[in-house]
Amino acid sequence: MKYYRSHVLVSVDPECIKRGAHEVLDALQDELVTQGLIDEVQVLETSRIGDASDSPDMMVYPEAVHYVGLTPDDIPYIVEEHFLKGRVATKFTTPLKVFTDEELSAPTAKEVRVVLRNCGKIDPNNIEDYAAEDGYQALGKVLTEFSPEQVIDHVMASGLRGRGGAGFLTAQKWKFCRATQDWPKYVICNADEGDPGAFMNRRVLEGDPHAVLEGMIIAAYAIGSNQGYVYCRAEYPLAIKTLNIAIQQAREFGFLGENILGTDFSFDLEVRMGAGAFVCGEETAMMASIEGNRGEPRPRPPFPAVKGLWNKPSNVNNVETYANVPQIMLKGSAWYAAMGTEDAHGTKTFALAGDVKHSGLIEVELGIKLRDVIFDVGGGIKGDKPFKAVQIGGPAGGFLTTQHLDYPIDYNSLRSAGAMMGSGGLIVMDDETCMVDMARFFMEFTQDESCGKCTPCRVGTRKMLDILEKICAGKGQPEDLTILDMLATEIKATSLCGLGQGAPNPVVTSLKYFREEYEAHIFEKRCPAKVCRALIRYDISAEFCTGCTVCARNCPTNAITGERRQTHVIDPDICIRCGICMQVCNFNAININ
Amino acid sequence: MTVGTVDAQAVQQAVSAAIERCGDHREDLIPILNDVNRSLGYLPAEALNHISLRLRVPKSQLFSVATFYQMFSTTPRGTHVIKFCESAPCHVVGGRQVWQALLDHLQIKPGETSPDGKWTLITVSCLGVCAVGPVVVIDDDIYGNLEPSQIPDILARYQ
Repeated sequence: MKYYRSHVLVSVDPECIKRGAHEVLDALQDELVTQGLIDEVQVLETSRIGDASDSPDMMVYPEAVHYVGLTPDDIPYIVEEHFLKGRVATKFTTPLKVFTDEELSAPTAKEVRVVLRNCGKIDPNNIEDYAAEDGYQALGKVLTEFSPEQVIDHVMASGLRGRGGAGFLTAQKWKFCRATQDWPKYVICNADEGDPGAFMNRRVLEGDPHAVLEGMIIAAYAIGSNQGYVYCRAEYPLAIKTLNIAIQQAREFGFLGENILGTDFSFDLEVRMGAGAFVCGEETAMMASIEGNRGEPRPRPPFPAVKGLWNKPSNVNNVETYANVPQIMLKGSAWYAAMGTEDAHGTKTFALAGDVKHSGLIEVELGIKLRDVIFDVGGGIKGDKPFKAVQIGGPAGGFLTTQHLDYPIDYNSLRSAGAMMGSGGLIVMDDETCMVDMARFFMEFTQDESCGKCTPCRVGTRKMLDILEKICAGKGQPEDLTILDMLATEIKATSLCGLGQGAPNPVVTSLKYFREEYEAHIFEKRCPAKVCRALIRYDISAEFCTGCTVCARNCPTNAITGERRQTHVIDPDICIRCGICMQVCNFNAININ
Repeated sequence: MTVGTVDAQAVQQAVSAAIERCGDHREDLIPILNDVNRSLGYLPAEALNHISLRLRVPKSQLFSVATFYQMFSTTPRGTHVIKFCESAPCHVVGGRQVWQALLDHLQIKPGETSPDGKWTLITVSCLGVCAVGPVVVIDDDIYGNLEPSQIPDILARYQ
């Protein structure tokens, strides 16, 4: 291994690239060449290091100095100061931040890093970096000290449950697949992270791909499989690239391929790419897609462990599930089982999004209270507005409200509240969010993504969406709520796969906890959160309007009239309620009624 | 990205190159379609013909796969493709207003291409950059933290 005195990690997350990370990277390389330092300082590309608003940014190790807000013009100065003179260029550092592997949120005592431990810390494109963090040690231990059955027992004792959402015991799945007397067997990693607002898997794949590969190799050994697939969604081009590099390196180092680590166990992996179909996250649909067909689910049983890919026994787990496995094997099942609650061990990553101060990725112990996640880890609601609801578990999950703030986040209590763990999207909403609109929004998503194979999901979601659109348009009828309830029950009970079965959840939970909002829309033709366009109108208050004409000039439909320095008026018939006037007004003169 | 139809030779070349890269088995179909869609901007009928012959897969099945996935298009697209993220995290932070601004500005419906062939407007599912929503991707450029008033300026950057 070549020796470098410094390692510079430049963040090339898509957002940072947008902000000019590539230009900074090029400038850095050019400058290091000019100064003759290129053999002493290694420049690496990594996933996101800090808050994207500080990018382009870079991290210099071993000092762990985080330079932010860079432009190519700043580089010569930093190179001279830091690498030639050995002084930290304080002008570009972020003194208030703790220089760790944070994506966005400030680290708090409530956070634990197991799955995300290496993200942002190591070079994802260098297997040696992973090896230096005890990488592939678990594999060595497993192949030399454990029988496949012992691996399964070990994972069983850790209590690891599927992190893809349903929470099935991982070791149980492996056991079923191992027990099936049919060959070949396949190990599949579900990286089709399609839930809106969930990007935990992207982060792991881009930041620590070898952890996932190592987990898959161990699973393959336990099950008796020689071929695996990672099914990654096409929306994540960087993740696919990183994975392919990682697989290539793992092959070169003998962790993949024939006779792994000199044993008689052989296993290889391939990346398969989706093409934009949410339903392919469902395991049977995903297997159809890998085979080159339409990604439509099929009835279970038979389960994939019996008849999966090409009708052969297959084991499907989520990215995060696999990423947990190496550490369980290395640190012991007792270590893992000690985290979390009685029936939900370990940690879970969540993507905090929406109206929360620190949005981004977090990893917490299972069983943490919702309150701690939102107000402690997430820093509370943006603008210190009141908390209204949180949507957990993606489009098949549900809404939780203030009454659930002290609920522990684990599989069972979420299910009893009508939500689900899902893959880990957490969308926080303040009091300016209309719950009917949100329910409509999620229904629109599932309706659009319904593959159309089974009638309850294809037709039922359309029917529910029609009713919700009607309510938002101010044309709701009193009987609509009963029909929604009925449709929800039927769709849940009769749909073929998880997409349809979960689709009514946002409606069911919002009806349960925010029924009065539905009623306000239907009976009073009023949107309490002032969101639904048909039920609101914009007005200009004469008291604040200075007649500056900025609203009239920005109105796309010329609905605003008025002389300079005179109060302006909005014509409600022409107004399309786009809200641009409200945004551009400097005097807060525009109100919604 | 291409406007209008593509000439027959280009289609054949794209298909051959894709099959060369991805293989010619049934399970290589989606990667092949992806490759062709990328190089030609869409999947012309002639391309599906060639793939059908080379892979020995009936055209009906090919068409069913090609129309199932959102990323494949069987109609030509504009010079620039605008992808609007319609996911919930973008929605709650003001995505709807940005969407409306796009519609107003372009005067086309979702999925349509502008008459001059310059723009195609489509919605996409979550791009995983939720922390900077609302997000719009034009070709390969990502724009985050958008406000409706920025839309005209951003679109003006594209020729």
